Amino acid sequence: MSPARRKIAWRLPGQYLLVVIPPYIWLLLFFVIPFAIVFKISLAESAIAQPPYTAFYEYVEDVLTFRVSFANYLFLLTDSLYFDAYVSSLRIAAISTLICLVVGYPIAYGIARTQGPLQSLLLMLVILPSWTSFLVRIYAWMGLLRNNGIINSVLMSLGVVDEPIRMMNTEFAVYIGIVYTYLPFLILPLYANLVKLDNRLLEAATDLGAGPVSRFLRITLPLSMGGVIAGCMLVFIPVVGEFVIPELLGGSETLMIGKVLWGEFFNNRDWPVASAVATVMLVLLLIPITLFHRYQFREMEAND
Amino acid sequence: MKKTSKQSIIALFAGLMAAGSVQAEGTVNVYNWSDYIGDDVVAKFEKESGIKVVYDVFDSNEVLEGKLLAGRTGYDIVVPTSEFMGRQIKAGVFQPLQKDKLSNYGQLDPALMKTIAIMDPGNNYGVPYMWGTTGIGMVKEKVIAALGPDAPLDSWELVLNPDNLAKLNKCGVAFLDSPTEIFAAALLHLGKDPNSTDVKDYQGEAKALLQKLAPSVTYFHSSKYIDDLAAGEICVAIGWSGDIAQAKVDAEEAKNGVEVTYFIPKEGAQMFFDILTIPKDAGNVDEAHAFINFLMQPEIAAENTNFIWFANPIPAATPLIDEEITGDPSIYPPPEVVERLYISTIKTPKVDRAMNRAWTEIKTNQ
Repeated sequence: MSPARRKIAWRLPGQYLLVVIPPYIWLLLFFVIPFAIVFKISLAESAIAQPPYTAFYEYVEDVLTFRVSFANYLFLLTDSLYFDAYVSSLRIAAISTLICLVVGYPIAYGIARTQGPLQSLLLMLVILPSWTSFLVRIYAWMGLLRNNGIINSVLMSLGVVDEPIRMMNTEFAVYIGIVYTYLPFLILPLYANLVKLDNRLLEAATDLGAGPVSRFLRITLPLSMGGVIAGCMLVFIPVVGEFVIPELLGGSETLMIGKVLWGEFFNNRDWPVASAVATVMLVLLLIPITLFHRYQFREMEAND
Repeated sequence: MKKTSKQSIIALFAGLMAAGSVQAEGTVNVYNWSDYIGDDVVAKFEKESGIKVVYDVFDSNEVLEGKLLAGRTGYDIVVPTSEFMGRQIKAGVFQPLQKDKLSNYGQLDPALMKTIAIMDPGNNYGVPYMWGTTGIGMVKEKVIAALGPDAPLDSWELVLNPDNLAKLNKCGVAFLDSPTEIFAAALLHLGKDPNSTDVKDYQGEAKALLQKLAPSVTYFHSSKYIDDLAAGEICVAIGWSGDIAQAKVDAEEAKNGVEVTYFIPKEGAQMFFDILTIPKDAGNVDEAHAFINFLMQPEIAAENTNFIWFANPIPAATPLIDEEITGDPSIYPPPEVVERLYISTIKTPKVDRAMNRAWTEIKTNQ
């Protein structure tokens, strides 16, 4: 525990527990326990049964035997498919996050700089699309992107192209779907951060002769780093495991770990290997999560 | 998928109306394939029996199996395809049918029941709902435009010859996302046993062939091709007979100039049975039997076939079906074609794994 936290804990023990315990219960119920179940399954062997894997322990004639096998993890190493899928998922997630950042930062900045009712309106416009079902919005994109969809029809009737541009079932469509879906997750934390930015710092910088670029790079950007990282994590982490968007918009060449997981689970009926794939994905994601946590932590201590 | 939701909305409204007008005696939760029942059948059953039907749909055996193996699906009737049912029987997910509660059981075609007994010895667990074949659907005009007048329009050559498929890619190609069916076709095309139990057969020539074909396949999916064929988004699909027949009807209704046809390749094709079964942990067993029995009534079976264009296993229903359907050799094939049809058998987990591993590699082009 950091000195900063210990100080708060010492000052307000009762309230501190009250504030801290619910998140830990949440974490236990919705993360630790499900993860323990998945991890347990990853140590079993598949079987034709219900559920389709061997029992973790057997209690026969007063003897308790545990059956634990790491074979499923070793199996992931025997086939380059899994490695390729992880790399490809991380690549797609990284590129999507970058696009979200490039598109989202100016939007968040713009909203943060706006005053009064217009600001609420702009925020509303960011949030509003999520009021309809995510699935419906992805289907809407299918209508836009398909060969005889709206975009191609317009382009062809205007004579811009002779043949429809193939957009559906490509990686391009996957990026469109992901960026479109996850953009608000980047804009909102970034906005929350940018709106707190102290104008006096910028005024001081102007007085000292800094131009707009220098002001942005040396004041706004460093101060908004917390928002940038939070937003990027909120995009990157779920995108790595994304299944629905590549399934609906992507073609057969889009390899993502979510799809591999689906295949292990539903096509192979090999729940143990599927669980091993999921466990490895989680461990991979722990790296950026830990980095983020560290950063937040440093910032908290610096503010203290 | 669009049609799927249409179907569920109809089912939902039917359910709501029934709930309003009839004092519900019970409920039956049905999990059936999408687009796989006549428009009024659920409402008729509810009116006749007073049992409320909660009707839900799926489009892949794998999804159904995932749910069944996890247990507690909440469904009282599920409709797996024969070879999946065979494995699920082994895993112990179903309860035996109480045949004394099925007064229409005698209506079933004994020859078909004998074929199904390969998967379900003694026919203890399931009643066939519909049957069909896995063949080729196409928009003939576009296929000829792509391949020329000599296109092999009666053979697996059309889609399993990489040169042909590469040319067809421009107008769009869909394969079922079903390794068992596509591998069976590839093995047959290569002159091997489509039900081969040799792991090597799924790693060697057949895999190499499918890998050569994969770049020309627009997508692998098991229901999207219905709408896409009808809309002319794709020009050829390996798909299920009834689904392609539906695409044909949809295209006719849309009057978009797309003409969809289906054929059973001359080399032979896989036949499948979708089978009504009751999960072991079903809560409404009597209601489930009542619904299964209802579906076996010749008039109802005919109504379903008229709507979904799949053949049913009730011979007494045949005279009640539109001649356009019974006269269509791709739906009610003549005996000499039936002879060339084969049923898929259960594979060992080892073969399954080899097949699915190969499948993932084929699909993702890795």
